Amino acid sequence: MDSMLLQQLPQFVVSGITNGSVYALIALGFCLVQNATGIVNFAQGDFVMLGGLVAVTLLKTWGLPMPLAFVSAMAFTALVGVALEGGPLRRARNREVLVLVMITVGASISLRGAGMLAWGKNVHTLPAMGGDTPFIVLSAAVLPQTLWVIGISLSVLVFLFLFYRHTLVGKAMRAVADNPYGAALVGISVRKLVALAFAMAGAVGALAGVLITPLTSMSYSTGLMLGLKGFAGAILGGYGSTLGAVVGGYLLGLLESLGAGFVSSAYKDAFAFLILLGILFVRPAGLFGSKRVRRL
Amino acid sequence: MLKLVNISAHYGAVPVLRRVTLHVDEGERVCLLGANGAGKSTLLKVLSGMHRPSAGEVLFRGTAIQGKSPEEIVRKGLAQVPEARQLFPNLTVRENLELGGYIHGRRKLRETMDEMMELFPVLRDRQTQKAGTLSGGEQQMLSIARALMTRPKLLVLDEPSLGLAPLIVEEIYATLEELNRQGTTILLVEQNALGALDVCHRGYVMETGRIVLSGTARELAEHDEVQRAYLGRDYRHKWER
Repeated sequence: MDSMLLQQLPQFVVSGITNGSVYALIALGFCLVQNATGIVNFAQGDFVMLGGLVAVTLLKTWGLPMPLAFVSAMAFTALVGVALEGGPLRRARNREVLVLVMITVGASISLRGAGMLAWGKNVHTLPAMGGDTPFIVLSAAVLPQTLWVIGISLSVLVFLFLFYRHTLVGKAMRAVADNPYGAALVGISVRKLVALAFAMAGAVGALAGVLITPLTSMSYSTGLMLGLKGFAGAILGGYGSTLGAVVGGYLLGLLESLGAGFVSSAYKDAFAFLILLGILFVRPAGLFGSKRVRRL
Repeated sequence: MLKLVNISAHYGAVPVLRRVTLHVDEGERVCLLGANGAGKSTLLKVLSGMHRPSAGEVLFRGTAIQGKSPEEIVRKGLAQVPEARQLFPNLTVRENLELGGYIHGRRKLRETMDEMMELFPVLRDRQTQKAGTLSGGEQQMLSIARALMTRPKLLVLDEPSLGLAPLIVEEIYATLEELNRQGTTILLVEQNALGALDVCHRGYVMETGRIVLSGTARELAEHDEVQRAYLGRDYRHKWER
């Protein structure tokens, strides 16, 4: 029994890393918005759902080629993100963070409702990239899609890292997170950058949806759970830290997959939240909790 | 260069500025003196576009800028070194400077950056350090340098001497004089009247939201009220003289 489980270990790791890549992307979406505005965007999970389902429609109903369908799905969701920021969030009379967070909860519920009307209650799926024939690595069966998921998310992460560190706009986004007042005083348009952050969060969320739909399928309500997992990943890594979000996402995927494999897959979803509770009790700042430099 | 005409401002129903009128001509160094709560910082928020005045006009190089966004105002050439410096503490010194040049884009960056490092050599040594780890004086210099990166016509400074050692304050004032000689007009807002009147040509004194006095630096320095309120001479000194 034990040796059989051990033999399956590589399989658990592969599926953990795959899910982890997706959680990392979702966590990154939370992080982007958090850093630009200081609010938790609970509609992030629904961006994932939108990305997946819009891609399904574009591919199957409109017959667009796969890459075009995926990029369009990301662009559409980015627009939804911008609309969420430019509409309800910016026009809110009460600027308190808690109120704005509640607005994102409302947006999440509305998006889910709209998703149900547009795509019904059925589960949809996308064809896997690179076919359905798995190949074997260390006794684990790996689908080509898995490699795509890992590869694409890693490249997005690297791209974002370079964007933040080496472009003026990326630096301006960090500056807005660090000190919005100071940023406005040197002529950085905080508004535009916040809109950009929402667009990027939408695109990254949609990408996560596009990547995970072939593996686990997508329905109007799947985004809720995925969003919460990404949120847990972001907190695990230290909320607001970009590196933390990535590491937290991967770690969560791995722990979840190992927990499901070695303990019971019935509790798969519970692991994410047990880990979340654990980290909040033991180390509320998360693994990479940002020790912000501040001196008066 | 800058002209404020009858500016009034409120926080909710509380009046903070009452019909403030002042002007700064091109090439001048002007100071605005006032104690805590006189309304200096609010006046600066009006200038930077952070607070909309309830009445009056702000003319900068001939155009009205009241109610314009901070971004537009910076682009017109009015930069501020704000109270408490407002740096980006988690970004490096170099990044702070780069963001000062944000409105001009990447191309012009290098040249202006070199000028700044020339002006404040400490910043060159500390380029890769996070801004939050600098000493108070260094932070103040970085804040000035960051504002200069926008290539302003008029530089407005909010209490740059606050909390700094006298020697550093002197250094900073000397830099301001130098900048002014190179063509930047300066509006210096201070509680430190002695120092400010020393570097400026003219000045205004503000009390409870009003301009109560104005004149050349010498006139103000010799004025009884200024001596009493800002230079620490009591009425008694005056009577006994």
